[in-house]
Amino acid sequence: MTELLALRDVSVSYGTLDGPLPAVRGVDVVVHAGEVVGVAGESGCGKSTLASTVLRLQPKSATVSGTVEVLGADVLTMGWGDLRALRWAGASIVFQGALHSLNPVHRVERQIDEAIRVHESGVSDDAIEERVGALLEQVGLPPARMRAYPHQLSGGQRQRVMIAMALACRPSLIIADEPTTALDVMVQAQILDLLSGLVKDLGVGMMIISHDLSVLADVCDRVLVMYAGRIVESGSAQQVFSDPQHPYTRALSGAFPRIGDPAARYAPTGLAGDPPDPRELPTGCSFAPRCPRVVDRCREAEPPLLQLEGERAAACIRVGEP
Amino acid sequence: MSVAGTATEEQPLIEARGVQVDFATRSGSVARALDGADLSVRRGEIVALVGESGSGKTTLARSLMGLQRPSSGEVFFDGAPLDYSIRGLRRFRNQVQMVLQDAAGSLNPRQTVYESVAEGIRLHGKVAEDPQGRTEVDLVSAALSDAGLRPPDRLFLRYPHELSGGQKQRVLIAGALALRPQMLIADEPVSSLDASIRGEILALLLGLREELGLGIVVVTHDLGLAWNIADRIAVMYLGRVVESGTTEEVLGSPRHPYTKALLSVVPEIEHIEPIVLTGEIPDPTRIPGGCRFHPRCPALADGSAAAAGVDEQCRTEPLAPLPATGVHRVACHLDTVLNIVS
Repeated sequence: MTELLALRDVSVSYGTLDGPLPAVRGVDVVVHAGEVVGVAGESGCGKSTLASTVLRLQPKSATVSGTVEVLGADVLTMGWGDLRALRWAGASIVFQGALHSLNPVHRVERQIDEAIRVHESGVSDDAIEERVGALLEQVGLPPARMRAYPHQLSGGQRQRVMIAMALACRPSLIIADEPTTALDVMVQAQILDLLSGLVKDLGVGMMIISHDLSVLADVCDRVLVMYAGRIVESGSAQQVFSDPQHPYTRALSGAFPRIGDPAARYAPTGLAGDPPDPRELPTGCSFAPRCPRVVDRCREAEPPLLQLEGERAAACIRVGEP
Repeated sequence: MSVAGTATEEQPLIEARGVQVDFATRSGSVARALDGADLSVRRGEIVALVGESGSGKTTLARSLMGLQRPSSGEVFFDGAPLDYSIRGLRRFRNQVQMVLQDAAGSLNPRQTVYESVAEGIRLHGKVAEDPQGRTEVDLVSAALSDAGLRPPDRLFLRYPHELSGGQKQRVLIAGALALRPQMLIADEPVSSLDASIRGEILALLLGLREELGLGIVVVTHDLGLAWNIADRIAVMYLGRVVESGTTEEVLGSPRHPYTKALLSVVPEIEHIEPIVLTGEIPDPTRIPGGCRFHPRCPALADGSAAAAGVDEQCRTEPLAPLPATGVHRVACHLDTVLNIVS
């Protein structure tokens, strides 16, 4: 399988007035063609920062170390021309918040064809219009909707337009940042169906970022769970969701109860406290202050991501203990 | 937990009867956001109002709050119809409080936590009428600790941007509790919160019911949330309740094709084949004739309605609104036939 995306030991740190803020700390991710990899975690865990580094979209204040390779090319060192060529055509991003990511004063048509016009010179207007129509059809919208303005579309339709934009230049890799957040369950199911269908039909690779582990379990092949800038657990999507090893993953997985499970009636589960401030990470395991299974040893050193059986890994020294 | 079955005889704390809400659109047509919705909530009961965007669940919540005057139908509080005079509403707001969705956007960024919570106390003159003669500071402290922010005085001078998402939501809840209401209406109380915080806020709502005996209406599209905390569920579609009953009934053995579809697309239910409905809720200016769900109904599309001989009814015969009783009820022609047969 072709490696479309390879992040190796990537760290990202933002320069702020109060000193450097380490948002991502030594993360490895590989996405192959035809594969869907999910990244789960809460606000501030570094998952969106990770997405932005794939196409070097992080703000100027950020320092990135490690290597980021998209389609075999080193994104961190490539020249502007190559980077421009890579964006949209090699890899594209479906940003979160479709309402705010679309330009309200332009018709849908213009927003989708912009990428095509920038990347492919000499395509006739008619051909472009035909392509836009075909793209909309591919994402389940009638081609005539290309004349609509964003405010005339529902949330789900806008998200479909965002996906059509991402597909416009036929990329091999798609990054979807919270593609279904703020959508209704039924629309969410429609969008997830659409994304899975695209991976199957087009053979693209996809990285989906979400705070909702249950969504990822449903559509991904593999899932990575991030906490305070690090990967704390990885493995096949079903395993991570139904048999979590790290206490944090267990809490995330328990946050979305299985309907019909009597144990979850009148017993919502959550974690006390909030994620740590990245500037003041606790010594030892950064999850220790909120961990229900914490012991003294946890506060000594940050636990490495331990390889478990198969392709599973977890960063917890108590894995396997009863 | 004792609440679900036992309180059936008791008079509802709040009740909507046949509430209809029309909005005039710019083009002159009328959008019927609520089309005869019934709902009742008793003291100490948690009722979840579920449905997609456009189902009317927020409009019904706003009607229960007296924020939206029904075009027809009535809202009753403690057995008496709602008094929509300014004075009447002000008294009513002491009893029923709303926790808005999007905690971050609902707090004034230039107000401290203390000011946010004290605002309602001042507007309603709560210090003067406090039976125990407590001061404003006492009341604010009590509200914050009821909302799980302890010790409360540590947060008094904080601004919203200094709070985490969970804390902001708790401050909003404290603002509502400060008036000592009998009832809370929470609109998507956890949808903007991180997964790990979610459980804590839901546990808080359960605690408030337990300790203060509040009746709670939770408006949500999240069926997992309903399974976590609700005693009863009303499923809404296009301005009407289409299925209602206890949480176990509605989520455990759903009968309306819409409820079944909603349940089947909850990501973690793997043993159910997902029924992904096409399209979205229709425009409320053009409510379909017959059963309002028929254009999207999977049971009509796959022929099960025709097999039972009700397909014509589905397309042409409107269903009566569901009364707000505790029994498991469904507004569906097919279900009516199947129930008679069984």
